[in-house]
Amino acid sequence: MAASDALLEVSDIHTYYGDSYVLHGLSLSLTPGKIVVILGRNGMGKTTLVRSIAGLTPPRRGEIKFEGRPLTSTAAYGIAQRGIALVPQGRRIFKSLTVRENLMLPTSTLAKSKKRASHTGKQWNLKEVLDEFPQLADRIGNLGSALSGGEQQMLAIGRALMANPSTILMDEPSEGLAPKLVQQVQEILLRLRSEGHAILLVEQNLGLALAVADEINVISSGRFVFHGSSDELSKNTEVLDNHLGVAKGH
Amino acid sequence: MTAIILQAINGLSLAALLFLLASGFTVTFGLMRVVNMAYGAYYLLGGYIGLSVMRTTGSFELAMLVGSVAIVILGFFVDRFLIRPIGSNHLAQVLLTVGVAFFIGEVCLAIWGGDSLKIQLPSYLRGSVELPGGIYYPKLRIALIAFGILTATSLWLLYHKTQIGAVVRAGVDDREMVNAIGINVDRLFVLVSAVASFLAGIAGVVGGAFLTLNPGAEWDILVLALVVVIVGGLGSLEGAVLGSIVVGLLDAYGRWLAPDFSYFVLFGPMAILLLFRPTGIFGKEH
Repeated sequence: MAASDALLEVSDIHTYYGDSYVLHGLSLSLTPGKIVVILGRNGMGKTTLVRSIAGLTPPRRGEIKFEGRPLTSTAAYGIAQRGIALVPQGRRIFKSLTVRENLMLPTSTLAKSKKRASHTGKQWNLKEVLDEFPQLADRIGNLGSALSGGEQQMLAIGRALMANPSTILMDEPSEGLAPKLVQQVQEILLRLRSEGHAILLVEQNLGLALAVADEINVISSGRFVFHGSSDELSKNTEVLDNHLGVAKGH
Repeated sequence: MTAIILQAINGLSLAALLFLLASGFTVTFGLMRVVNMAYGAYYLLGGYIGLSVMRTTGSFELAMLVGSVAIVILGFFVDRFLIRPIGSNHLAQVLLTVGVAFFIGEVCLAIWGGDSLKIQLPSYLRGSVELPGGIYYPKLRIALIAFGILTATSLWLLYHKTQIGAVVRAGVDDREMVNAIGINVDRLFVLVSAVASFLAGIAGVVGGAFLTLNPGAEWDILVLALVVVIVGGLGSLEGAVLGSIVVGLLDAYGRWLAPDFSYFVLFGPMAILLLFRPTGIFGKEH
């Protein structure tokens, strides 16, 4: 992939939590209409990578560029305003706000989310999001705290789309969901990819990852130990066994 | 029976005053986890400034406006140049803002002296009104209750029915996520803090007419406001309303029925409540 195609370029980032050295020089790039998956066991640095890109735990060294311009010294709110949306681990919807308020928050004048035709050509608005997630339409006036886990996940994805991002960072969107809902997440991911969004997907669900990934990186102790396609990972028993804890013939 | 009703109205008028101070305190804490112990001193300084304006111009409305705007300006500088640089360390925030409160108290003592002073009321707030049942009650206290209800209603509408209110509530829920969806929470805090300082300044002017202004009054009112916030739940506007009413009524009935134990009547139920509900009535775990 040519660097000039990349929307988001992460180059040799090193991230710490206090004195704890978590990410040891990670690099990757995201392009429109592609899903890059990060796989790894708990505590290997997957979420820290997402937080580093989103500006919530900025890297101490290395560079992150978005649309060719550096992001490294940009505050989290500025990164979101540039067109990178986050679907965080654990959903983190605003539980004391209604579904409608949750969805409308990124369109607040304070959020300065511009209407981006960008790479997707699609303009998300409340109607579009509710058409995509009809279960939310039925709960539009309910508080976030009243939603089921699956509904909260749809709300977290819908909230991200309302900002009309060109790039979406998703941290374990299938976590804690029933298989039917995981299938729905998979369909959404594929649809977003076909619409031209660049997606970074952090997952522990190998089946989902293999089904949607254009590229896969496996992370272990803050370093990438594998980079390749779904097919290549499926055949790499050493990585599957040692870094993902998956027995042969998963 | 008349005495019971009178004490209830006394309690509600104190509740209205406490709400003005506690509502700002609780929302700023909820949004930014900032413990600002200088709100009592803001109250006192706003009251003294209002007193001087009232003496100079004779306008109570102008006294409220100047007293509150002066506190907004002071509050901005305290937030921007003192509180923000020390970060999220609550102990440092408490020590710093207690220091600010002492400094403001000393400045007030130097300028306005140590005597108890009262802001003179405009003619339309002097005297009494007859309530149903033939009870005569001071106009000021009735006006204060009405003002408290108006302020609480306005804040509730702002908090629950506007986009900016939704952003503030979201910030109370999860400040980091509000940043992550593209909203500069620090800038939002400046706005919320300005509203809180404005209300503290107004409370000072109203309190200067309702109670008295004197050295130490900042700590008396701060302690009551803290009880309101703790009972109601940090970060909750509804909690500030309920907490104000509870504290106002307990204070009024405590002073009437058991004057020697009035502080126990106030703090005893608070301690029992906290045993069973440590986050207060409407508070949430953070």
